[in-house]
Amino acid sequence: MTFEESTRLESVPPSGIRKFFELAEEYDDIISLGVGEPDFAPPWSARDAAITSLERGRTSYTANRGMRELRERIAARTAGRCDLFYDPDSEVLVTTGVSEAVDLAYRAFLDPGDAVAIAQPCYVSYVPGARLAGAGVIDVPTREADDFKLTREVLEASGAAEAELLVICYPNNPTGATMTRAELEPVAEFAREHDLLVLSDEVYADLTYEGEHASIAALPGMRERTVVCNGFSKAYAMTGLRLGYAMAPPEAIEAMNRIHQYTMLSAPTTAQHAAVDALDNCDPDVAEMREEYDRRRKFLLSRFGDMGIECFRAAGAFYAFPECPWDDGEAFAEALLEAERVAVVPGNVFGAGGDGHLRVSYATSLPQLKRAMNRLESFLE
Amino acid sequence: MSSRDAVLEALRENARYSTEDIARMTDLDAEAVEAAIADLEEEGVIRGYRAVVDYSKVDPEPVRASVELNVTLDRETGYDDIADRLARFPEVQGLRLVSGDFDFAMEVRGDSMSEVSRFISEKVAPVPEITQTVTHYIMESYKESGVEFGDGHDDDRLSISP
Ligand SMILES: Cc1ncc(COP(=O)(O)O)c(C=O)c1O
Repeated sequence: MTFEESTRLESVPPSGIRKFFELAEEYDDIISLGVGEPDFAPPWSARDAAITSLERGRTSYTANRGMRELRERIAARTAGRCDLFYDPDSEVLVTTGVSEAVDLAYRAFLDPGDAVAIAQPCYVSYVPGARLAGAGVIDVPTREADDFKLTREVLEASGAAEAELLVICYPNNPTGATMTRAELEPVAEFAREHDLLVLSDEVYADLTYEGEHASIAALPGMRERTVVCNGFSKAYAMTGLRLGYAMAPPEAIEAMNRIHQYTMLSAPTTAQHAAVDALDNCDPDVAEMREEYDRRRKFLLSRFGDMGIECFRAAGAFYAFPECPWDDGEAFAEALLEAERVAVVPGNVFGAGGDGHLRVSYATSLPQLKRAMNRLESFLE
Repeated sequence: MSSRDAVLEALRENARYSTEDIARMTDLDAEAVEAAIADLEEEGVIRGYRAVVDYSKVDPEPVRASVELNVTLDRETGYDDIADRLARFPEVQGLRLVSGDFDFAMEVRGDSMSEVSRFISEKVAPVPEITQTVTHYIMESYKESGVEFGDGHDDDRLSISP
């Protein structure tokens, strides 16, 4: 008897982030700009609702698709934000984070041999997730020249037309790039022309600082081919509560729910109670956090400008993606950590197109950011 | 958000941000920030800049009380007149007209309980329009000016995460 890894698992290397985590853990006095989650605690009202639900013993499984009152609020919120209407009964599935929603979509709609076109640099789980579902991956590298927005040109050049499914994420982790409705139009056109399904991870939608968030599903002919994923981890700072959701036409949600009902049964109940309250009462908290992130974003971009570090104007999430002053991003990140105790993540760990850049997270207080920028400045001198 | 509001928001968060840093975080130039601050001060939107102090850590710890005041008005005397008279005492740290069972909520600070009591009995209670005072000494403060005095929440996030 041996625990021999499956061939699928063998196709998935350990995360490149892990290595940097281990390096950073060797120091205890670092300022980390490498964190992919909010530095805020969730709004108190939502935490209070979670506590109350525990006190009342409301800890049973919920419906597979999630509590109806939560699905109703999710649908109403989406309608208000993006002019996209989903039926809470048949078109919304509450999941254990966006992570689960992405995995469900992969497993529900991909067969071995199918290909997934993934716009990159991107969140580190998209590529491994596709491989675990037995699919092949087509890298679609976005370019700094386009402010890391996805264009028809790179879709064509990368062979994305052959794919079954296109994965996009705006506002983007790690670049902070956003896309307007007009900029999404050619992507939608490409998907329609080549009959692609689209998975749109919009978990950072509420953290958009310039203009309004746009969903590709709201474009003509897109709702029927798109799975929209969103969640509570980022805007509501609820990462550890593990709550997200998928919205798609009934047949897609039905398929995803068929996996979910066996593998997850239902998303965490306590988190669902927190989420209902979050949607009812926590808009002001979200607005306050967004304003704070925006001040940090502008501060950071301004300091980069003064230091001569090239950085496009990232307008969403809580990341900036400046050019690395050295050719070798990993070497730079390691040296910066060692010399100045500032942690950033080299862009190459986020896939194609990330090389030569650094992901700088501003989910860190302004005084800390300022200290980190001062250290970076002295490192460059 | 207007540039004025953006500057005000930054200062409300931390009045010690430098002009230069506020300029960076609001996308304005330093002169525009200075001008916005000057306007806000001139128009009386910003009335001052003060440290948020946890007095339990100050030695000697001052004594504070919140005092409820009831008043009667007459043809010659309105709320503003009474408030004007009270607000001039340096012991009075805050004074608000409130709705409900009493008229004014007043915060008083002094070096000792007897000093505060004497101030209430000798300076406040004798004001002819004041019909009643109820003094509550502050025993413990948990939050002042929006700042919580707890241990805060530790940053227990992983140092690097996806
Ligand atoms: C783009 C993106 N999608 C999904 C996730 C995971 O979200 P969740 O906590 O909802 O599983 C993250 C977390 O970093 C992310 O950055």
